[in-house]
Amino acid sequence: MDWVNAVVQGTLLGGLYAMFAAGLSLIFGVMRLVNIAHGDLIVLSAYVALSGAMLLGVSPFVVLILAVPVMAAFGYLLQRLVLNRTMGDDILPPLLVTFGLSVIIQNALLAAYSADPQKLQAGDIETAAFAIGPITVGVMPVIVFATAVAVIAGLQWVFYHTALGRAFRATSDRQDIAQLMGLNRAHVFGLAMALSMAVTAVAGVFLGMRTSFDPAIGGSRLIFGFEAVIIGGLGNLWGTLAGGVILGVAQTLGAKLHPGFQVLAGHVVFLFILAVRPRGLFPRIDG
Amino acid sequence: MPEPLLSIEGLDAHYGDFQALYGLLMQVAQGEVTAVIGANGAGKTTLMRSVSGLIRNQPQAIRFKGQPIGDLRADQVAALGIALVPEGRLLFPSLSVEENLIIGGQLGRPGPWNLPRLYDLFPILRERRHVPATELSGGQQQMVAIGRALMSNPDLLMMDEISLGLAPVVIKSIYEALPGIVGEGLTAIVVEQDIAKALSVSSRVTCLQEGRVSLSGASAEVTRDAISRAYFGV
Repeated sequence: MDWVNAVVQGTLLGGLYAMFAAGLSLIFGVMRLVNIAHGDLIVLSAYVALSGAMLLGVSPFVVLILAVPVMAAFGYLLQRLVLNRTMGDDILPPLLVTFGLSVIIQNALLAAYSADPQKLQAGDIETAAFAIGPITVGVMPVIVFATAVAVIAGLQWVFYHTALGRAFRATSDRQDIAQLMGLNRAHVFGLAMALSMAVTAVAGVFLGMRTSFDPAIGGSRLIFGFEAVIIGGLGNLWGTLAGGVILGVAQTLGAKLHPGFQVLAGHVVFLFILAVRPRGLFPRIDG
Repeated sequence: MPEPLLSIEGLDAHYGDFQALYGLLMQVAQGEVTAVIGANGAGKTTLMRSVSGLIRNQPQAIRFKGQPIGDLRADQVAALGIALVPEGRLLFPSLSVEENLIIGGQLGRPGPWNLPRLYDLFPILRERRHVPATELSGGQQQMVAIGRALMSNPDLLMMDEISLGLAPVVIKSIYEALPGIVGEGLTAIVVEQDIAKALSVSSRVTCLQEGRVSLSGASAEVTRDAISRAYFGV
């Protein structure tokens, strides 16, 4: 039964990883931008929520209402003012600039908040749990997973049923022809980054409620996000959720074998899938 | 004489590092269909890309409705009412036929063209509207590309090599649809390799040779001899 329990907990953890990955996948899909600062932006979101919760004296759930638009606006400005200047045929400049951004965010957070681990206090709900047969499930992980499913479903809907999603797909297909249709590429990219950062804000707040965080943990969140995207197959949002779940389950099963294996087990499974299915488990057909 | 709808004067444009147009001079009057002909590399596509804003130029080199547009972005040019059917169709593969058409009309410019009217012009597209655009045959894709441009209700429609790579029977059916498109006083520029086709649909013809205008006149009046000379420079 312990093993079944580990799979369930891992699945729920996978929801969080899927949220790390969704924002990454979205901007790569729309503008072929690999955002090295994504993990640090998740951590930044957690700190924004921390400050918001402390200043206003409200629960992290309430702060979400604030953190999402703040990070979305930050994302739009970041894209318009900085990243758009690096976009072109060469993928190296945006890679370097987001790497620099990652260093800047880490050090700015270090200067502002110190290296002490912080945590978003959500109160009793953090420890609340209920039993399904012999398995005990935490309320918080279930909320995180349900949110992840809702976020993925929401992104899927935006992509395939709205004018914004049509603009995203058209721009992703052919940037110059999309421009001929009257879509300003710089603005579309800004909106994509804003949406990505909105998802990142949700991920960051849940990360902060689930575990303690400090300015240096962004890098490994980036890796988890990347792994979930690649396992699921680039450009496939539901695949990203599956990728997150596979990664989460691998990690909890690894931890069950030996506490030191947790992160390693996730990487090994990622490496294995990359070796057998280089395009991920559910690649987009037209990819 | 009223100002022409499109006026190009002293346009030097580059295709990559290569200068493709040299001080080009050309005018298109309201309601005219102008054919642009010329050999490969004469600068026809560079001209289309310059007017549509995909290549940025000196502001005054291109004027549309009297306004300098040479340095505007393609989306700004599109909003002013210039639509391009690009060479090679270049549909959006991730979008269905209908979505390709809808995105063409997303500027919301008022005018006669909308989805039902387009489906009446090209009935096959109504049947196949939910299919990914790139699953259509070449001719049907060309209909989508033309429809996508019309959906913006342009004041100037530019069509670049719409017969390229299509079977003669398909080309014929597309050209048969053209009078229904330009019949209502829509101003158009048709870039074409096939000179007979170009002359049959146009009121004026402009021939480019090595980035310069080598011939310009009324389509009904130019002689084949003059065209040959303008085309090949012999």
